[in-house]
Amino acid sequence: MKTFSGTALFLDRADINTDEIIPAKYLTENTKEALAPFLLEDLKLEGFTPGENIRDASVIVTRENFGCGSSREHAPWALEVNDINLVIAPSFARIFRQNMFNCGMMAVELPAETIDQLFSRFAGRPTTITTDFDKATLAITAGDVSEAVPFTISPFDRSLVEAGGWVDYADTNY
Amino acid sequence: MGQTIAEKIFDAHRVDRPAAGIEVIALDAVFCHEITTPIAINDLVARGKDRVCDPEKIKVVIDHVTPAKDSKTALQGKTLREWARRQGIGDFFDIGRNGVCHAIFPEKGFVRPGYTIIMGDSHTCTHGAFGAFAAGVGTTDLEVGILKGVCAFKTPQTMRIDITGELPQGVYAKDVILAVIGKIGMDGATNRVIEFTGPVVDAMSMEARMTLCNMAIEAGGTCGICRPDQTTVDYLWPFISDLYTDKAAALQEFQRFTADEDAVYAEVIDFNVDELEPVATFGFKPDQVKPVSQMENTPVDQVYIGSCTNGRLEDLQVAAAVLAGKRIDDRVRGIVSPATPKIYREALAGGIIQTFMEAGFCVTNPTCGACLGMSNGVLADGEVCAATTNRNFNGRMGKGGTVHLMSPATAAATAITGKITNSPLYKK
Repeated sequence: MKTFSGTALFLDRADINTDEIIPAKYLTENTKEALAPFLLEDLKLEGFTPGENIRDASVIVTRENFGCGSSREHAPWALEVNDINLVIAPSFARIFRQNMFNCGMMAVELPAETIDQLFSRFAGRPTTITTDFDKATLAITAGDVSEAVPFTISPFDRSLVEAGGWVDYADTNY
Repeated sequence: MGQTIAEKIFDAHRVDRPAAGIEVIALDAVFCHEITTPIAINDLVARGKDRVCDPEKIKVVIDHVTPAKDSKTALQGKTLREWARRQGIGDFFDIGRNGVCHAIFPEKGFVRPGYTIIMGDSHTCTHGAFGAFAAGVGTTDLEVGILKGVCAFKTPQTMRIDITGELPQGVYAKDVILAVIGKIGMDGATNRVIEFTGPVVDAMSMEARMTLCNMAIEAGGTCGICRPDQTTVDYLWPFISDLYTDKAAALQEFQRFTADEDAVYAEVIDFNVDELEPVATFGFKPDQVKPVSQMENTPVDQVYIGSCTNGRLEDLQVAAAVLAGKRIDDRVRGIVSPATPKIYREALAGGIIQTFMEAGFCVTNPTCGACLGMSNGVLADGEVCAATTNRNFNGRMGKGGTVHLMSPATAAATAITGKITNSPLYKK
């Protein structure tokens, strides 16, 4: 199982929708790579500057119902081409969550209280998050502060990540 | 133990249970449009798997940007068009014959009770109005659906929303669904199917039921479902009359897909509409809903009547009844998009298009364009649109723009005054 790791971007708002993640006007692009400059362009969040805040991020930590709205897989793709392959939230919209695993990426749900704690302890500090599948934990580190947060991933989601996505899984099995 | 509609449909389509709580189901139809399908096609070609499970099950339309507005959208159309021809897909609807996907596919009789349908479009839940399980999916699910004719879902949990009471005059399915979303919130139905039941739904036309189910996704729902009944049979009869001896036989067959009395629901909500007023959204979330009477005097720059939510003949008829003999405010840009060529023709024949034009509306060809800010009515920064569409997200109809969602009656009344206004059809 591959490791998901990198610098965390904290987005402190619930209900971030896929129109904000990638506006519809960019859905005319014919490649995933072309979406890269436009990730989170319309995000309504005070103090957030799309290009600048995204540059170093590889993991997003956010609030409830992330990825609601449109079914556009351009949302996970826009994350993927910006090297963001892991999103952590208390809950996700169904289609977005499925799209993440279908692409071999991860959408990890943690209890809302745990997310609260992560925001209060780590938001605003340079933070690294790394998956450890053997221990089923997320290793979260900022300077000399570190924490191991347990997480679960369903067997089916895990098999999608291991297969590299749903197309390969389905092609093998159906 | 009794079953919900979705459980019965899943039982009839199950292919595999790859893990606890996950069901892979066979699909009766895979719908495709030019925004989310081309990347799936390109990926299939790159994998050396440029084929389809069954060309009869695949229905294709160009609807989001039509006519093409630039080279990129022209390429999307070209990719879809060439693929449909290459794969022998007979049901492909190109310009002149195309309409908004969730309006034209039911109109062609492609949706039947008990069907399983996916499309790379979140408003696919619309088709649940026919007692089908229809879900919006991403491009990867779409790609697998095209190639293998299957899709994976969590075992469906169903919530039942009983719409009870009597709908006041001038209050419509759009007001009901907006008010429901306002009540349960934009993740109130996440990972659930919503069964819409009760006397108000039973009395609704198929068009109104489609409006209701269309916005299930705005509460996070996987699908909205109405139980198939005589109204469903009557709507579908032109397409199924050679399959059944009479309508009663069709009804009996379709009623296999009604919920058992002892079906188990994750939640049951009674939603009484006796006192419901016309409503509209404020802010940037579809659950931010309040009565139109509390929003009056909100000025608008544009009024848009159309979309998969409210671009059907019934919607245009109601709006025209409000607009008849009136002129829209000089400062308002009125745009109406009949959702399909059939609707357009019927609106022409019925004098509805004339009414819109005399009132000062621009009539566009059938397209999704303005709803998601892709073409045919994009807002400028700071502009406000009263729309019969389904999403009021930040920037949805254009960067910096604001959208207020409402019924066609309210939208038409708003166009006349230039401010959010209750229609005269509503009499408190």
